[in-house]
Amino acid sequence: MPDIGLAATTTDTPVLQVDDLTVRFKRRNTDVAAVNGASFALRRGETLTILGESGSGKSVSLKALMGLLPGYAQVHGKIWLDGREILGLPAAELAKLRGGAISMIFQEPMAALDPVYTIGEQIAETIVQHEGVDRRTAMQRALGLLERVKIPSPERRLKNYPHEMSGGMRQRAMIALALACSPSVLLADEPTTALDVTVQIQVLLLLRQLQQELGMAIVFVTHDVGVAAEISDRIAVMYAGRFVESGTTREIMRHPQHPYTQGLLASTVHGAMRGSKLETIPGTPPNLASLPPGCAFAPRCRYTRDACRTGDVPVITSPTGAMVRCVRATETVPA
Amino acid sequence: MLVFALRRLLQAIPILLGVSLVVFGLVHLAPGNPIDMLMPPEASPEIVAQMKAAYGFDKPLYVQYLLWLMRALHGDFGLSVFNATPVWGQLVTALENTFILAILGAALGFALGIVTGLIAALYHGRWPDKLASAIATAGVSLPHYWCAIVLVLACAVLHDWLPAQGMGDDSLPIWQRLDFLVLPVVTLSLIPMGVIGRLVRATVLDILGQDFVGALSAKGLTRWPVLRHIIKNAAPPVLALMGLQFGYLLGGSILVETVFNWPGSGNLLNLAIFRRDIPVLQATILVLATFFVLLNLLVDIAQAAIDPRIRR
Repeated sequence: MPDIGLAATTTDTPVLQVDDLTVRFKRRNTDVAAVNGASFALRRGETLTILGESGSGKSVSLKALMGLLPGYAQVHGKIWLDGREILGLPAAELAKLRGGAISMIFQEPMAALDPVYTIGEQIAETIVQHEGVDRRTAMQRALGLLERVKIPSPERRLKNYPHEMSGGMRQRAMIALALACSPSVLLADEPTTALDVTVQIQVLLLLRQLQQELGMAIVFVTHDVGVAAEISDRIAVMYAGRFVESGTTREIMRHPQHPYTQGLLASTVHGAMRGSKLETIPGTPPNLASLPPGCAFAPRCRYTRDACRTGDVPVITSPTGAMVRCVRATETVPA
Repeated sequence: MLVFALRRLLQAIPILLGVSLVVFGLVHLAPGNPIDMLMPPEASPEIVAQMKAAYGFDKPLYVQYLLWLMRALHGDFGLSVFNATPVWGQLVTALENTFILAILGAALGFALGIVTGLIAALYHGRWPDKLASAIATAGVSLPHYWCAIVLVLACAVLHDWLPAQGMGDDSLPIWQRLDFLVLPVVTLSLIPMGVIGRLVRATVLDILGQDFVGALSAKGLTRWPVLRHIIKNAAPPVLALMGLQFGYLLGGSILVETVFNWPGSGNLLNLAIFRRDIPVLQATILVLATFFVLLNLLVDIAQAAIDPRIRR
């Protein structure tokens, strides 16, 4: 395999650290609080999954990390990438990071690839933009990347347009594109949601394998509990723009503490017991333009009591680092 | 790609044959016989018959059509019924004159349309958008003969900036008569500018709303490379409209050519209709229609070269 500059190095400091990230969309009459204080840190080679329903603020968080939100979005908090504060960097500096040290793959690869450029051109373009090499070298590198993501007959696929490939192949190409400049952090926005189940697992396995080879950190966003269980080291459950629970995959899957997490697990085929009826979480997520005081999940929660609807919800952190944000947690979690 | 181009070229042949049939048929459907127009009412039937035979109007229509088509393929469109000069010569002169206007008018109109459309889309909802959209709407809605008259009034009558009409002295080379071009070219550029401007705005807005534009920023592209992607994506529909607009301009505008007294193809058509000059009429329409078909063929091929999804 040709050298495509993807050699891994390992350190123990976090490559990505996010502190109290908030995103508000303010326009004339509306004020939508999409993300309300998300914090996490990721080391090399680690995968964090943000799990949540549609509209819980998962994708907005990723876009905020990339600096891709529209101008009227107000982003606050701190984001460190490789020890460097990146929130509020000038556009030109940010453009150098995007696709370089931090890159992203998307839910719908057909929509995320430009239909009138070949796969090869689109990958090479990124390499030229970031590393200033000539087109021939960049194409050579693109070929190596397609081999790396296990696309069959890569020479031919290099000259293909997105519409000439299958869904799984396109997502592989998208991954190749994202890895083109050896990012230290890969943001994955529901990358398997649009794929067939059989292709889903192939893409997940590929991501895991590439991560082991290259040592990047992955922030994986999904609403699919099964996918989260497959890919993650740690899981953070997001509800109404807040993490309501986080912990290792094992902790979350085996001993969910938050009623919302419990509801999510019980409402999936993976989590429910054989023979029992699938459960649903009653109600709908709250309107982010007018969040209730106290716990945002309280209106849908079966354990709601008065304390849930007033004041701040206590955050309990266990010695292993697992976190849960729930009034009841003081009783259920051994401190 | 080559296969696609050849296939489209072959498809153009039946279209052109159909066009020739329609051109020939329509002219003969229209009332009025050219010979009756030419002859004094008291002319003897023998002389009328003789004239008809001389111009071939006595033969059955399908024979007339085949003869006309065979000659036309060799560039021989016969003689004008009105002044007995070869049609081809008149046609070439008129087309040259119109072509100068059309190409300059199209270049100016397309350039302005693309720029205003892009600005409008990139500043969507803000004042540059409103200004550009107002200009485009004005360009499409104002009758261009009216604009022509206003321009003449402003630039030639009230001030002595530019000549009001004509092409200038024939003995001078064209580059010394450029000032005669300004007013007609500006007038003709208004509609293409408006039409293209509006389409560019709508197309670019549509593209800006697609996910891949965000993905381009996500891979670190800066403003200009992103704009390059947007332009390439917007090109096919805009090219299609440009082909049509340039085709219309080549047909010459009877009104604008009349206001500026410009001896182009619009003028020629106008005269031919009034004189019942069937050979001139047929030749002009056939040649213009052929241009139109070939132009759109080129556009099709260009579109397919840009967007591979069209090649099928």
